[in-house]
Amino acid sequence: MASGYDRALSVFSPDGHVFQVEYALEAVKRGTCAVGVKGGDIVVLGCEKRSAMKLQDTRITPSKLGLVDTHVCLAFAGLNADARILIDKARLEAQSHRLTVEDPVSIEYITKYVAGVQQRYTQSGGVRPFGISTLIVGFDPNDKTPRLYQTEPSGIFSAWKANAIGRSSKTVREFLERNHKDGMDREATLKLTIKSLLEVVQTGAKNIEIAIMAPGKQVEMLPVEDIEAYVKTIEQEKVEEAAKKKSGRTPGTGSAAILTRGPDDTA
Amino acid sequence: MEVLLGITGKDFTLIACSKAAMRGATILKASDDKTRSLNKHTLMAFSGEAGDTIQFAEYIQANAQLYSMRNGTDLSPSALAHFIRGELASSLRSRKPYNVNLLLGGFDPITGKPSLYWMDYLAALTAAPYAAHGYAQYYCLSILDKHHNPNIDFEQGMKVLRMCTDELKRRLPIDFKGMLVKVIDKDGIREVEYNDDARIACP
Repeated sequence: MASGYDRALSVFSPDGHVFQVEYALEAVKRGTCAVGVKGGDIVVLGCEKRSAMKLQDTRITPSKLGLVDTHVCLAFAGLNADARILIDKARLEAQSHRLTVEDPVSIEYITKYVAGVQQRYTQSGGVRPFGISTLIVGFDPNDKTPRLYQTEPSGIFSAWKANAIGRSSKTVREFLERNHKDGMDREATLKLTIKSLLEVVQTGAKNIEIAIMAPGKQVEMLPVEDIEAYVKTIEQEKVEEAAKKKSGRTPGTGSAAILTRGPDDTA
Repeated sequence: MEVLLGITGKDFTLIACSKAAMRGATILKASDDKTRSLNKHTLMAFSGEAGDTIQFAEYIQANAQLYSMRNGTDLSPSALAHFIRGELASSLRSRKPYNVNLLLGGFDPITGKPSLYWMDYLAALTAAPYAAHGYAQYYCLSILDKHHNPNIDFEQGMKVLRMCTDELKRRLPIDFKGMLVKVIDKDGIREVEYNDDARIACP
């Protein structure tokens, strides 16, 4: 431990750091990657699934994508157990909000609430911060604008067009910065989400989960076969692009293992 | 003079309630909805003291929906009925109990079985093939005793319901402004168009 200032929470170090919060951010960085992308009229959440062990029952193992309310979807990176508690608090607030004001929560409201809870756990005694960052997406009631927010262990929240959290989030964010366009259609949004996840997920389709939100509709979990199809076309394109670069020679198509992470497709 | 009616059939449950919102002898509104849906396949109808009814119903609704969000699955009609009974029973033993009478209609999409629960403000709970609250009991139960059987289809169910509401119109001293009818079946909850215009004369 650093110098005795990170023992008790809610105590500053002399140079103005609250160490426990920074350690929480470290826990986030070790969590599996999650991506959120806004399209023209939908918003997509994608996340990396930790590869299951042989005897694990994947059908009933909880996912990193959760519904807070019928119109709000949340993905997190970091400590799974912490996320369960935080999502539960958010769900309670969402229903409580409906009961008190007869309206579903807006995405900004529930993000503020989640961030508020996370902040409280950095400033009260006897607790530790939540070791998770979240991406919260959805549509406000009677509104067609896609929303995407991020929250952090410190209680910061921010709005994004596209963002990534968790392991290698920097790589993925930079990829999104290069490739995100405003007003993408469904296909383009899905493709960008999956393509960005493939930057860090080695094992392809079976370790990716995708949730799609559209205004006034229930959340749609993209079937594995569909994800596989996207992965296949993306890899196909990568191969073609690589072949184009090595112009002059005809591409050696049909090679079995096209798990492309060649040096020339990172550019 | 609030009317709540519930009828189960082969593959559906009908819930009907009067459309008049009353305060004393005055009708405030003729398009009142005395129901709340608890989840996709469960509907609750309520009558009783004006403020209590909605407060209690929406409290139950919020808890049912919270359960669905937390667990990714809906509570069954029977589970809900017993949860509601517990809430009402503990309220009954508090300083200010809720004065609410309820009908809970449901349909289990997996077993394909309809269900109906009757509960009064004393938290007495019964599962029943058909049920009514208030004055409607006096007029409708005898009709239902004679004409209901568990295998009726939707059209026959509506026919029996029509017999009930006609009798209510004929005998009740105050106009209850017609009925709002909802059906719960494998596709969920939906409102059924119900014509109230016919005048029923008393002999």
